[in-house]
Amino acid sequence: MKSLYLATSIFALGLSSAVMADGHGEKLGVLGTYADIAEANYTDSLVTAQRLQAAVDALLAAPSAEALEAAKTAWLAARVPYQQTEVYRFGNAIVDDWEGKVNAWPLDEGLIDYVDASYGGPTDENEAAALNVIANASFTLSGETVDATAITPALLEDTLQEADGVEANVATGYHAVEFLLWGQDLNGHGAGAGNRPWTDYASGDACTGGNCDRRGEFLKAATDLLVSDLEWIVAQWSEGGDARASVLADADAGIAAMLTGMGSLSYGETAGERMRLGVMLNDPEEEHSCFADNTHNDHFYNGVGIQSVYLGSYTGIDGRLVEGPSLSDLVAEIDPALDMEMQMKLSAAVQALGRIKTAAESGFTYDMMLERGNAAGEALIMGGVNGLIAQTRSIERVVAALGTSIEVEGSDSLDNPDAVFQ
Amino acid sequence: MIQLSRYAKLCALCLPTASMAGPLVEPHLNIVPRTADEASRIASVTAIASQFDKPQAFEANSAGAATVRAAGNANAFSFPSGNIAFADKLTFNVGNGLFRKLWVSSPSSTLASDGLGPIYNARSCQRCHIKDGRGHPPEELDDNAISLFLRVSIPGELTAKKAEIEDYIATAPEPTYGLQLQDFSTAGVAAEYKLQIDYEEVEVKLSGGDVARLRKPTYTAANLAYGPLHPKAMLSPRVAPQMIGLGLLEAIPAADILALADPEDADGDGISGRANVVWSKEFDQPMLGRFGLKAGNPTVFQQSAEAFVGDIGISSSLFPRGWGECTQAQTACRNAPHGDGDDRVFEIDDEILHLVTYYSRNLGVPARRDVDDPQVLRGKEVFYTTGCTACHQPSFVTHRLEDQPEQSFQLIWPYTDMLLHDMGPGLADNRPEARANGSEWRTPPLWGIGLTQRVSGHTYFLHDGRARSLLEAVLWHGGEAQTQRDAVVEMPPEDRAALIRFLESL
Repeated sequence: MKSLYLATSIFALGLSSAVMADGHGEKLGVLGTYADIAEANYTDSLVTAQRLQAAVDALLAAPSAEALEAAKTAWLAARVPYQQTEVYRFGNAIVDDWEGKVNAWPLDEGLIDYVDASYGGPTDENEAAALNVIANASFTLSGETVDATAITPALLEDTLQEADGVEANVATGYHAVEFLLWGQDLNGHGAGAGNRPWTDYASGDACTGGNCDRRGEFLKAATDLLVSDLEWIVAQWSEGGDARASVLADADAGIAAMLTGMGSLSYGETAGERMRLGVMLNDPEEEHSCFADNTHNDHFYNGVGIQSVYLGSYTGIDGRLVEGPSLSDLVAEIDPALDMEMQMKLSAAVQALGRIKTAAESGFTYDMMLERGNAAGEALIMGGVNGLIAQTRSIERVVAALGTSIEVEGSDSLDNPDAVFQ
Repeated sequence: MIQLSRYAKLCALCLPTASMAGPLVEPHLNIVPRTADEASRIASVTAIASQFDKPQAFEANSAGAATVRAAGNANAFSFPSGNIAFADKLTFNVGNGLFRKLWVSSPSSTLASDGLGPIYNARSCQRCHIKDGRGHPPEELDDNAISLFLRVSIPGELTAKKAEIEDYIATAPEPTYGLQLQDFSTAGVAAEYKLQIDYEEVEVKLSGGDVARLRKPTYTAANLAYGPLHPKAMLSPRVAPQMIGLGLLEAIPAADILALADPEDADGDGISGRANVVWSKEFDQPMLGRFGLKAGNPTVFQQSAEAFVGDIGISSSLFPRGWGECTQAQTACRNAPHGDGDDRVFEIDDEILHLVTYYSRNLGVPARRDVDDPQVLRGKEVFYTTGCTACHQPSFVTHRLEDQPEQSFQLIWPYTDMLLHDMGPGLADNRPEARANGSEWRTPPLWGIGLTQRVSGHTYFLHDGRARSLLEAVLWHGGEAQTQRDAVVEMPPEDRAALIRFLESL
């Protein structure tokens, strides 16, 4: 916290006067780029989700091995832009309050569909963890009888998502769709992802796993909901949208939101909960995309997203470049060496995350890296963690240099505790 | 410990000498002593309000700089302290992962996650502390209790250590079932019981023709798998409390809490206020009890370790038995495979326990809403002038701490005095815990209480969730709070509505 308190005093001393003299307009320019990238990045997420939706429709219309593969490919492509948007989550309340609908994990897959016998039986005290909505058109949840004859987006969103308050009861978003396409990964630390047969969506006697029509309904409902949720967030960042208006309303608060997003995603969410914890527990369930074995890309594109916010430069899914005045420009005016340091750290982190991706795509998947005693795997993951930690140190220095107080909420005079009593 | 001398005289009145060393020592904190100047400024800023025409300075920030925004969804209790550094967000988030982690039975391929049970109430912390908020009693059609369980004990003999604590009430674990009843178990081991609750509705007539209905619970330990309970067994229902602001409560100077104690009601206001003093396993000495519904635990660390072993069956350095809560009489449970003895030594090592403790200390308290709303201000006036603040102490300033910036020197508004009060026979569990007798409960903090519906999807309050609304919770108050409860029954309905509106703004 010290550096953040320090930030306030540096601001007070006017050390960053170069920018402060006429910084307001410049900051608004940077925030404009930030909002433009958000809009482009979420639009790309929407477009790729719509492609996924088309592939799912095709799979359900004419189930086949090829159609299932096409849907999986579309899901993987959809994750590329989405993971880059995660840097917008922290610091923007509108995004943070929404994101649980689309990217909640880890999930108790037994809520949704059949699971392997080793998964846990009826003695499990999370009743919903073995609910299997696909096989049961009526069930009891939180003391109420639920009619699930029709599997609709509303059922997923209002009844099943976080049922009983359990965060692992995930019925919506990318990871629910991922499970429905891939199925459980039963390979533990061994090679291989989930291997759901395409016949889980076949009709008549060809159907495997039972209730293929209801499974199709669930997949359709979850995919449609994902698309509509993404439509909503695109609107928030478009001209006139609340998220855009909110970051542009106050230049300093907006810059603080950018840096909070970069630092929080780096340090807490990705390095901490998604990476460090897995290494600590050696648990393949602690993989962000554990059904598809796509975790290396999840982390990598988080890193790319953080970098793009700083550089004010985003490469779209069609190759278009969205760029403009950046945080980097702002920092370079005050302290060119710090800007170089920040750029270098961001590159180093992306490179370290890239090593994980390279190894995973060569067959050494993320769940194999997590195995207890696998030194090479641990070194790869911790390389990523350390890269993210190192870049956060520089983000803190940027915070100080820009004279921005990160803690916008709940602090006012209390950032200086002595002020309380004056 | 400069303030020790300042309060020594006061405490000579409230606690006999044998226990004096106990409640005042705070080995869990690295304290920067208060200056005399700070102490006087603190006294003036924490003075109880007497004017209600506008909000007090900073009262919207219930947790000082650690306050978080009041999110519009169920995540409102799940944010890290508002003043946390980036670096500590990693610790917080890893702790969060462990808090929601599902533990599995032994043996298992995921070595670091096994050790569940063999008997347990829940498989993860989050399962009871739902969304980091309070638990609830089972609904009518629910057949499991989860976030509500029964503690159990029998009268016992004082150990030498506990005899050092004045007025310590000796108890012992129930010989067959231990200190709490677990309604789940791993394969091959019988679960202990099934919780049965029967409610009886009682009408309370209020001024203005209003009528409230209270539900009076009766608890039965049904389907007891290991034979009948000991004839002197004492049962206490406990619902999981909310998790916010715990690190701040842990950092309130013990001397400031003890200064509010009035065990013999010397000031004659009908309110006593006694400190619980408990044995610290961590520091091997008596300390002020702060956590749990009867303040039976001195620190967040010990509270977390006890919950791990009692609720989930996970052993640690403080509670080293791999079989968790199984007694000697439960042989299948004792002989079942456990998760300890590998390179973790215990089922969770201290690193993990410290991560969960850090997380538990740093769940942020949301900012208040509508502090300047006229009805809220009127409700605040009713709350203060009715005498609710005699126990629900509005504010404290935490210790200045060398190594916990999030909790250091914050003006906080928890609305608790952290002391035990006799709440009358209606709420009594008749099961003592350390110095707390069978009618006493620790004043629960009220911060965040107005967000219960948003976070937890219900409005069940009190130690066992029997109250279905804030008004019902108020009406259950008895014993020392009988006068205040009666005042609420008799006050004009609009004042009662304002009082509830104030509570909802917390």
